Amino acid sequence: MYRYDRYDHALVAERVAQFRDQTQRFLAGKLTEDEFRPLRLRNGLYIQRQAPMLRVAIPYGLLSSTQLRMLAHIARKYDRGYGHFTTRQNLQYNWPRLEDVPDILALLAEVEMHAIQTSGNCVRNITTDHFAGVAPDEIVDTRPLAEILRQWSTFHPEFNWLPRKFKIALSGSQSDRTAVLLHDIGLQLVRDEAGETGMRVIVGGGMGRTPIIGHVIREFLPWRHMLTYVEAILRVYNRYGRRDNLWKARIKILVKSLGPAEFARQVEEEWEATRDSPSVITDEELARVAAHFEPHPYEKLPDVDGEYVQALAESRPFAKWAERNVHPHRVPGYAAVTLSLKKTGVPPGDVTAGQMDFVAKLAEQFSFGELRVSHEQNLVLADVRKRDLFALWQAAKTQGLATPNVGLLTNIVCCPGGDFCSLANAKSIPIAEAIQRRFDDLDYLHDIGELDLNISGCMNSCGHHHVGHIGVLGVDKQGAEWYQVSIGGRQGSNAALGQVIGPSFAAAEMPGVIAKLIDTYIDHRHEGEPFVDTVHRIGIAPFKARVYGEEKEAAHA
Amino acid sequence: MPERVIRLIAHPGGTTLRRVERDEWTLAAADAPLPEGRIIVALAVWKARRDELLARGSVGVWLAAGEEPAHLAADLASLPLVAVEFPKWADGRGYSTGVLLRTRYGFRGELRAFGDIGRDHLFNLARCGFDAFVLPPHRDPEDALAAFGDFTLRYQGSVDDPAPLFRKRATAGGLQ
Repeated sequence: MYRYDRYDHALVAERVAQFRDQTQRFLAGKLTEDEFRPLRLRNGLYIQRQAPMLRVAIPYGLLSSTQLRMLAHIARKYDRGYGHFTTRQNLQYNWPRLEDVPDILALLAEVEMHAIQTSGNCVRNITTDHFAGVAPDEIVDTRPLAEILRQWSTFHPEFNWLPRKFKIALSGSQSDRTAVLLHDIGLQLVRDEAGETGMRVIVGGGMGRTPIIGHVIREFLPWRHMLTYVEAILRVYNRYGRRDNLWKARIKILVKSLGPAEFARQVEEEWEATRDSPSVITDEELARVAAHFEPHPYEKLPDVDGEYVQALAESRPFAKWAERNVHPHRVPGYAAVTLSLKKTGVPPGDVTAGQMDFVAKLAEQFSFGELRVSHEQNLVLADVRKRDLFALWQAAKTQGLATPNVGLLTNIVCCPGGDFCSLANAKSIPIAEAIQRRFDDLDYLHDIGELDLNISGCMNSCGHHHVGHIGVLGVDKQGAEWYQVSIGGRQGSNAALGQVIGPSFAAAEMPGVIAKLIDTYIDHRHEGEPFVDTVHRIGIAPFKARVYGEEKEAAHA
Repeated sequence: MPERVIRLIAHPGGTTLRRVERDEWTLAAADAPLPEGRIIVALAVWKARRDELLARGSVGVWLAAGEEPAHLAADLASLPLVAVEFPKWADGRGYSTGVLLRTRYGFRGELRAFGDIGRDHLFNLARCGFDAFVLPPHRDPEDALAAFGDFTLRYQGSVDDPAPLFRKRATAGGLQ
């Protein structure tokens, strides 16, 4: 993983000092609340319902055991002993005190971490594949370019006050695990016929109030020009993006109003004027950064491990877990493992300080001392020997981290919602839990098969409900909490936005509604056909009829 | 009370002097007779009365946040000062205006930022080519001077130094 050199250390230390000064000026009354707000947001600090919330960046989701132990320490010392992993590979603390935040940032800096630009109208933490470097279908490891982009976007002087937040994703594999089509900029790494690395540039995708699939504005951009081209896009956006209406300020609205072709023309024109700047990435810089992501010293192992095969045959629970939570690895004899943070009764993505310490130890024991955070709010040990999987499973079980539900209905992606977040219209965590309790039969869950269920407590769609096979959105109606349901959303290279099935539901109705959607699927599915494919084949009408036909009275306009 | 302006004065040796001075320039209202002395006029006034203003001398032009610097491209060589308005604390359009004036259009005169700006904007404004700053009266320019020392390093290139850190990392004293 990327390790700081003295420049990176110095910059982060200077940022801590700058934020300490800003906080002191605010507490001394020299900065007003309105002036301080955008400054603290640029360090990931929100003022929430209960207390401030601090969002810590986990660049491209990669963490060392040392870093995770520090996150655990901070959770114990400054929070209530836990943290929450988000859908953007960050970690949130829900209970720090404002005056402690500079000290927390100083501790993070000790382990090469920060909260820089995790909020505010600037370039946010960059998303990459949580299986980067190990996925068998990977074309290019995106992490070196993601790190180069992270450094470029950190404290960029021209783009610190954009019209709205700005999220960039890099995907380097055949099946997309980053929602590259649903970011402000998506960079899909490809190779041309000559074997040269480049990227397809996608702009103007996004979720939120106006979900849109991004538009390709350039089919092939040589990798050296990643920074110059992103600069051109951001300059056009910074100058012409709307600033008069918060809900129309994202780049997707600009792209839509100009039209993708005209937007692309403006970007190309800007790029022509700046493309040969010193920001063209050098071979030396790519090599320097890429050296941090060299493959681990893997052992030479047979791909089939006898002990693993035997354990699969002897233990059905282990086999179930392996079926869902163990993923292919490009090196023979190794696998990637998801440690589920979706145990029923625990808010999705929440992890205690004790679990963090435990996972840090597991990572050291089984996976070269590193782990990843997935945008589905789970943790991943990316480099586990197959012969260690049984031992890892047994250990993970003791801490409630072995729920065998990755890709299944109960692996619910969920924002903190109205229990914590001041933006939310409705609670999301209790809905997730009620659904998990309804579907507690593991065999039935496995029979239902692949199903992404995403819950957002408001339009900001932090739970990515638009791309859930089933999406749930909390809405406010005359002060009451209601839930709108959509189906047919999908992430990946053929991403689709879900369609709303009809009027919204009260919280108590939600498990029943999900059950009816599942029943409809089971009645109509072809063999081996996942839920979302059935929805796309037969349309939403049969689902709608089942849900509303039987419950007309409970549905509300 | 006369307005005060923060100025960055570059010296040939590479050092930059930062100081607060009494402002010699007056922002001219669009609908009143032009005052005496050094004045800064709106783009519309400049366009309407260009020849007269050139003959008068001691005239700078200010651009509102959304106004195109390209409109001034042909005049920049004869303008001693261009000012860019920042209408709101969080409105960042002027940063790109500054970059374009300095790089695309090669403006060498005083580039001034004014409006709803404060200490926490100055470091980045300076990086984008601004060398004069007028804060609203309730913000103390002397307090704000410290902002220019917030960072000693920069990852990316900009107007102040077009070379990103990665072009210097290897030569600037070795890696750890």
